[in-house]
Amino acid sequence: MSPYTREKVAIAVLWAAALLVLAGLLAIIIFLVIRGIGVIDAEFIFGMPRAGGRDGGIFPMIVGTLSIIVIAIAVAAPIGIGGGIYLSEYAGRHPLSRIITFGAEWLAGVPSIIFGLFGFAFFVVFLGWGLSILAGGMVLACMILNETIRTTQEAIKAVPTSYRAASYALGATKWQTVSRVVLKSAAPGILTGIILGIGRAAGETAAIMLTVGSFMALPTSLFSSARPMSLHLYLLAVSEVHEGAVARAFGTAVMLLLIVFAANLSAHAITRRFTRSLR
Amino acid sequence: MTDNFKMKVRNLNVFYGKNQALKDVGLDIRTNKVTALIGPSGCGKSTFIRTLNRMNDIIPGVRVEGQVMLDGQNIYNGNVNVTEIRRRVGMVFQHPNPFPKSIFENVAYGLRIRGAVKKNSDLAERVERALIDAALWDEVKDRLHSSAFNLSGGQQQRLCIARALVIEPEVILLDEPASSLDPMATLKIEELLQELKHRYTIVIVTHNMQQAARVSDWTGFFLMGEVIEYNETSEIFTRPKDKRTEDYVTGRFG
Repeated sequence: MSPYTREKVAIAVLWAAALLVLAGLLAIIIFLVIRGIGVIDAEFIFGMPRAGGRDGGIFPMIVGTLSIIVIAIAVAAPIGIGGGIYLSEYAGRHPLSRIITFGAEWLAGVPSIIFGLFGFAFFVVFLGWGLSILAGGMVLACMILNETIRTTQEAIKAVPTSYRAASYALGATKWQTVSRVVLKSAAPGILTGIILGIGRAAGETAAIMLTVGSFMALPTSLFSSARPMSLHLYLLAVSEVHEGAVARAFGTAVMLLLIVFAANLSAHAITRRFTRSLR
Repeated sequence: MTDNFKMKVRNLNVFYGKNQALKDVGLDIRTNKVTALIGPSGCGKSTFIRTLNRMNDIIPGVRVEGQVMLDGQNIYNGNVNVTEIRRRVGMVFQHPNPFPKSIFENVAYGLRIRGAVKKNSDLAERVERALIDAALWDEVKDRLHSSAFNLSGGQQQRLCIARALVIEPEVILLDEPASSLDPMATLKIEELLQELKHRYTIVIVTHNMQQAARVSDWTGFFLMGEVIEYNETSEIFTRPKDKRTEDYVTGRFG
């Protein structure tokens, strides 16, 4: 086979792979939307569930998902970003930083059900919080923490050294350089990492199953149990083959997809806005 | 005519890990004159200029021995405030490196980090003056708040000069400032330096011997980490004392 033919074959194969990925993604989305769009109306989004979820809306579930996301981000963002900044800018080659980085990488591979078990043993039982959105939020925070640290580190690493050199040459301190130049430059990347963390938190099921419980009422406090959308979807789908339940499972799935989609869109929009103001 | 010496360097040795980049360098920088440092790649001239404002400090594994005196005080003394040294001794880099901010904010940066200028009108005035001194004001006065990246390479470099000037340094270090610029932009920078030397002390590293000859009053020739010869520019280029200097300035190597 001549090199030119090889090239054509390679291009064709790569194109096919890309199209397969796109097709797979579209298939999932279209399938879910077709099955679920039927139940979605104002009552579904803002109404309370009836008959164990086979009828009515999913408002408490939406609130449950959003509360857990807020708690997870509120905890993981400052710790993750702060940790990422420290590891990138201050710790340097200190052996401690290598241990932390390795630990964060290793944590990335831990299955979520194990996080759930840890969350149950520690937050629910040991700290006595019971099955609650607080426990769920904290477990999720642990899960997205390492990604937040990594994204922050990568974003900071991408900032050109020339900016730092210019800042130091003007007599800036390290913190001034980090806060006024490096972070401003790394902000889009860091924000994207946070928002993608939101997407992940929204869909997490195994970990929250063991920490949030599955109470269907509207959560009223941090220590309330709740039933986030992901869990609700699962329970509806496996409960019984009842038309209303299955349809609502798909409806919940579509709503969940919308939340993740919105998160990704805003990540893009923020990144674009930031880079536009720099160009 | 007696010269004043803004900076004096004595017994300077610089190591990157085990590599010795500068060997026993001694040099006097004259006030309100342009001192050029020439030499082939890797001779240590960039390392040397970076010791003058302690920019080598940010490179890990660097060791500096010897004395660098600014107005008679060793800047490598333990209790010296590095940020103050860097205010007094400014630097312009080889590749223009404006911040990803507006033209105005780039110049204002040095003032903002010190918090000394509080009123916005005073800030704007200082920024304007710095841009005028850097011969850039006319070209940017009606787009001060647009991104610095919209400027051409030569304009960005003059912006970097304005950024350094706004904090009123005493010495300006330029590390091959025109090497990435076209001849027209280079000429503008060189003319600017002739203007600036009346108020500042200038040290310039250059790869371009003709530029050194055009622009400087004193020239130091570096080779393999040592100063081979240091004399008035006219002498270096017409009556060099060392054969190595002669070979370099006549282009036999480099």
